[in-house]
Amino acid sequence: MRKLILAAAVALLPGLGSSAFAQETIKLGYIDPLSGGGASVGEGGLKTFQYLADEINAKGGILGHKVEIIPLDNKTNPQESLIQAQKAIDSGARYITQGNGSAVAAALEDFVTKQNSRNPGKEVLYFNYAAVDPSLTNDKCSFWHFRWDAGSDIKMEALTNYMKGVPAIKKVYLINQDYSFGQSVRSDARKMLNAKRPDVEIVGDELHPLLKVTDFSPYIAKIKASGADSVVTGNWGQDFALLLKAAADAGLKVNWYTYYAGGAGGPTAIKQTGLDHQVFQISEGIPNSGNQSAMDFEKAFRAKANMSLWYPRAVNQMRMFKAAAEKANSIDPVKVAAALEGMEFDVLDGGKGTMRKDDHQFFQPIYISSFGSRNDKEPFDEENTGWGWRPVSKIDTAQTTVPTTCKMKRP
Amino acid sequence: MLELIVISTLNGVLFGMLLFLLSSGLTVIFSMMGVLNFAHASFYMLGAFFGYQLTRWIGFWPALIIAPLLVGVVGMAVERYGLRATHKHGHVAELLLTFGLAFAIEEIVSMIWGKSPMDYRVPALLDFPAFTIFSTNYPAYKLFMLTVSVLIFLALLVVLKRTRIGLIVQAALTHPNMVAHLGHNVGRIFMLVFGVGSALAGVAGVIAGPALVTQSDMAALLGPILFVVIVFGGLGSLPGAFIASLVIGLVQTFAVALNGSLASAFGPLDPSLGPSVLSDIWNVTIAQIAPILPYVLLVLILIVRPLGLMGTRET
Repeated sequence: MRKLILAAAVALLPGLGSSAFAQETIKLGYIDPLSGGGASVGEGGLKTFQYLADEINAKGGILGHKVEIIPLDNKTNPQESLIQAQKAIDSGARYITQGNGSAVAAALEDFVTKQNSRNPGKEVLYFNYAAVDPSLTNDKCSFWHFRWDAGSDIKMEALTNYMKGVPAIKKVYLINQDYSFGQSVRSDARKMLNAKRPDVEIVGDELHPLLKVTDFSPYIAKIKASGADSVVTGNWGQDFALLLKAAADAGLKVNWYTYYAGGAGGPTAIKQTGLDHQVFQISEGIPNSGNQSAMDFEKAFRAKANMSLWYPRAVNQMRMFKAAAEKANSIDPVKVAAALEGMEFDVLDGGKGTMRKDDHQFFQPIYISSFGSRNDKEPFDEENTGWGWRPVSKIDTAQTTVPTTCKMKRP
Repeated sequence: MLELIVISTLNGVLFGMLLFLLSSGLTVIFSMMGVLNFAHASFYMLGAFFGYQLTRWIGFWPALIIAPLLVGVVGMAVERYGLRATHKHGHVAELLLTFGLAFAIEEIVSMIWGKSPMDYRVPALLDFPAFTIFSTNYPAYKLFMLTVSVLIFLALLVVLKRTRIGLIVQAALTHPNMVAHLGHNVGRIFMLVFGVGSALAGVAGVIAGPALVTQSDMAALLGPILFVVIVFGGLGSLPGAFIASLVIGLVQTFAVALNGSLASAFGPLDPSLGPSVLSDIWNVTIAQIAPILPYVLLVLILIVRPLGLMGTRET
């Protein structure tokens, strides 16, 4: 009899243990492309979030709960993303994060808002770490959506503020991907350049299909024919790498002002062009920022993840998530959301950032950096090219603030 | 303007020749066996990945020979153990087999090599600008791609039209039983043709890999346009595929170079109409619709001449 009880207890224990553990875990659904043209970017993001989850878990988790990242492949497709989001929710995730593709982000934001109004008590929060279409925090804004990346209008504001002071820029060519983000880059660039540098001529304005072009030579021929001295592009992933590759083949020498030159394949492509410190990137942080704690983090991250940190904002996101949960003393999404509103935070690369309550957009210092040969203060190179990022200009949080039209509906 | 025209012509011809390298294999297989091989672009991808891997191990030039041979062997195995077994169940079964194969190959490739683009470089020997026109460099490697494509086209034409093997292949196409009665092994001929067709796609993969992109979705990027080429040129017609490849290459390249839209031709739309579907159509440039133009051509040719440019049988 005693043996029987013991056996039953042993048989029951693992079951009890695992269900208790499942309740304990905070599941974060990571919904991004893990196949198709965007896969290289999506896999990098996944590694980053897994590293950050490990970091939090090693320090005891969030309020004692472990964080688990659930990878879900959305193939950069809005429809597929909704299926994956539902899958995340069904497997118990109350938090999802996504970054690649503003069309996907818009679909997810809408989905989460509807989901939460239909299922009170089972709300889901959506952390956006990279989809930068301004409409996500303006006319489409939602209480359930928080964005840690600077919106494309914020980045363009910073970029044009920098370009304003470079008199060598006379003819600008715009080439962007044909979807909501690319379109907002082009219209913001037109508007802001016109206002800040009316003497600059926009000699070309191109939209090409998203992640479908295998050879950019025809586009490069057009840029060359236009006589542009600078190109502004929001291209990312293979669309950036192949664009630069074609430029290198044709021997096109212009200055490139980019949003995502640092993404997978980008640095390799730049090195091939031989454009030393002529490719500029606008971002919320860079490996060689000079900030000691950020550089220590970079070093540890590279050692483990075997890639450079593309998303300093993901670090801010996860650390603020933890801070907000601790402030609210709860892992309930509604309370975490309330705690995040208006929260101030010391960002990875130094300086203060704020999660604006009006539209859930995070404002932070923005850097313009150029890619090329390194000096002794720049320990980090990219993709084994020997070249690295050099800070060119820092735009403080206050100078990145843009107005919002958001009329937030709170639960 | 002249600069743009010259460069676009060069780019268009090059893209066209690459399309031809791919579609030649597809169209030869179709004319031979009546099988539309959905996995053809996957053989192109296999060629690129084999080429990349062999380049790392033994260098580009041996890879250029060995990788297509390997792809050819894979192709022959597919014919011998896959298509031949399903042949008796008719064309639908064969179609489904190649359709499934395309997905299987993509998954296997991404399992082995991952989903990121490979660092497949142009060989150092060809990594220099061949010539400069209007201050634009034309890479030697692209010239090399062009030469290889033209050579293969000529070789195929000679083999099919002027040699005994070509004669037997053509005869087996229309009268397989007669050819078998004359003592030829029709099964082996089919296998060889499938192997050669796949190897051609492999060649295209090896040489296009460094110039374009080598990653696991490259087959899906090029696959659909191949069917446009062979339907446009006429199923089973080699010269037709050649012309269609060039036309589509040039159309796509030149369309990108053009900025014209309805708005620039007829003036801006009355602002009272506001932002609507109509204003979207009015303002879209030819460059923006460039990627769909080949499919428009496909629809047009099917309406006007269902045989394709030089085809001899109904598609």
